[in-house]
Amino acid sequence: MNVEETNLPGLGRRKDFMTASGRRIGVVERWEGQTELIVSTWDDPDTCQASIPLTSDEAATLGNLLGGQHLAMKLTEEHKDVPGIVTRQFSIAADSPFQNQPMGKACIRTRCGVSIVAIMREGEVLPSPGPDVVLHPGDLLVAVGTQEGLDSAANILRHG
Amino acid sequence: MDPLALTLIELGAVVFCLGLLARLAGRIGMSPIPLYLLGGLAFGAGGIVKLEGMHEFAHLSGEIGVILLLLMLGLEYTAAELFTGLRRSWQAGVLDLVLNFVPGAALALTLHWGFVGAMVMGGVTYISSSGIAAKVITDLGRLGNRETPVVLSILVFEDLAMAVYLPILTATLAGVSFLGGLTTVGIALAVVSLVLMVALRHGHHVSKAVHSENSEVFLLNVLGAALLVAGAASAMQVSAAVGAFMLGIAISGSTAHSATRILEPLRDLFAAIFFVAFGLNTDPATIPPVLGWALVLAVATAATKMATGIWAAKRAGIARPGRFRAGAALVARGEFSIVIAGLAVASGAVPRELAALATTYVLIMAVMGPLAARYVEPLTKAFARKPAVAAQA
Repeated sequence: MNVEETNLPGLGRRKDFMTASGRRIGVVERWEGQTELIVSTWDDPDTCQASIPLTSDEAATLGNLLGGQHLAMKLTEEHKDVPGIVTRQFSIAADSPFQNQPMGKACIRTRCGVSIVAIMREGEVLPSPGPDVVLHPGDLLVAVGTQEGLDSAANILRHG
Repeated sequence: MDPLALTLIELGAVVFCLGLLARLAGRIGMSPIPLYLLGGLAFGAGGIVKLEGMHEFAHLSGEIGVILLLLMLGLEYTAAELFTGLRRSWQAGVLDLVLNFVPGAALALTLHWGFVGAMVMGGVTYISSSGIAAKVITDLGRLGNRETPVVLSILVFEDLAMAVYLPILTATLAGVSFLGGLTTVGIALAVVSLVLMVALRHGHHVSKAVHSENSEVFLLNVLGAALLVAGAASAMQVSAAVGAFMLGIAISGSTAHSATRILEPLRDLFAAIFFVAFGLNTDPATIPPVLGWALVLAVATAATKMATGIWAAKRAGIARPGRFRAGAALVARGEFSIVIAGLAVASGAVPRELAALATTYVLIMAVMGPLAARYVEPLTKAFARKPAVAAQA
């Protein structure tokens, strides 16, 4: 992917690329620290239909959502020969009983036979996290297991 | 009344009125500069109310306002950005200089204001308001647009041109002999190049010298350094404003960003007083005779800035609507035109009508600029659609 970086003297830096559908999409990083998500209009790739200011938390969450989707699609592809195995993503809500707790406390593998294969955090991937990794709100867990196992894992993460 | 009490009451009333004006400007989405100028006209010589007590304070504050405006102009761009800007967009920058300097200078010559007047008016019409342009671009959500870097690189070039222009202007205004002027300008240019080289290679040392984690210490360091450098430059006949500007360029990186943040409220206060002080010294009665010329100049230089933006954007491969957006973003003139006119008026080397013309011109351009930037998009769309409809019919 060819990401174009452009300096905006005095204001910040723009990083964007052309999508296959002909829209320019990217972010503007302001020197003051804000991030803006930009999407071009369909008829004039020079202008922006939307420039949405994001807080650093929001930017990280959006990154996780997009990155997690990518990871889950890859894993599904790899597991497609094993019947009954499914990949799913769970996000840790701000009111989750396991936020700021080590992941091992949830005992997900013991209780529902589900493996957490990766955690997406602030746009980065923690591969095969151990039980002592502390979960933060906004984390995205990528889990592999059976349909029923994943259902009960979702329930555990949400309600304890 | 006790003179101190009178001064405080007048100053308080003026600053309070400025607050109301700034609020009004924010409400209707325009730059507060024209309103400040109008406020100054109302309070000053020949205005509605005559303020005597705060004159001295307004004068010194106005000087500090200019220093802070120029310091922050220097802080805006790093030396590296200035150099890449110069390399990449010097053609557009030179075109901008020629197209927009000439109308002002030509009008000054027509009005028999002489070479000095032409130097001043050329500067007034040349320099776009980077403050208004940056605000318009941010407010209209055009940061991510492709023409925005084109606009910004022209502003960067103007920034550099100011570094060369201001010392020349100061020498011209001082009325030094040709040889003496050449020496002053030579010294100034040598200092400017030296500062740029130092800023590029050793900018972090300068930044380190003024930087502090403690915001109070940092503020006092930066402000103290700016006033010291400005004073020294003034003593060397290079103009206080240029000194502050050079310091701004030498401070770079994260120190520059935090200095901008910390100085912003101070700049807003002193710059507002500067605009008022400029208005104070302009007699409103001198405005009607120059109004016609100001309008002519406004229309002509709006067109030349549009042409500059359109040409530069076209060169950068921007499509038609973007070219017009780039042109319109450059139209606004503001703080630096008043700074130039202020330097000229303070030196007494130009006729009083020049102040009136510059005030009227900036009043028009500071209002017209943001409006042009806002409405150029629907206008170009409307014009682009008409032929298409005609073709279908």
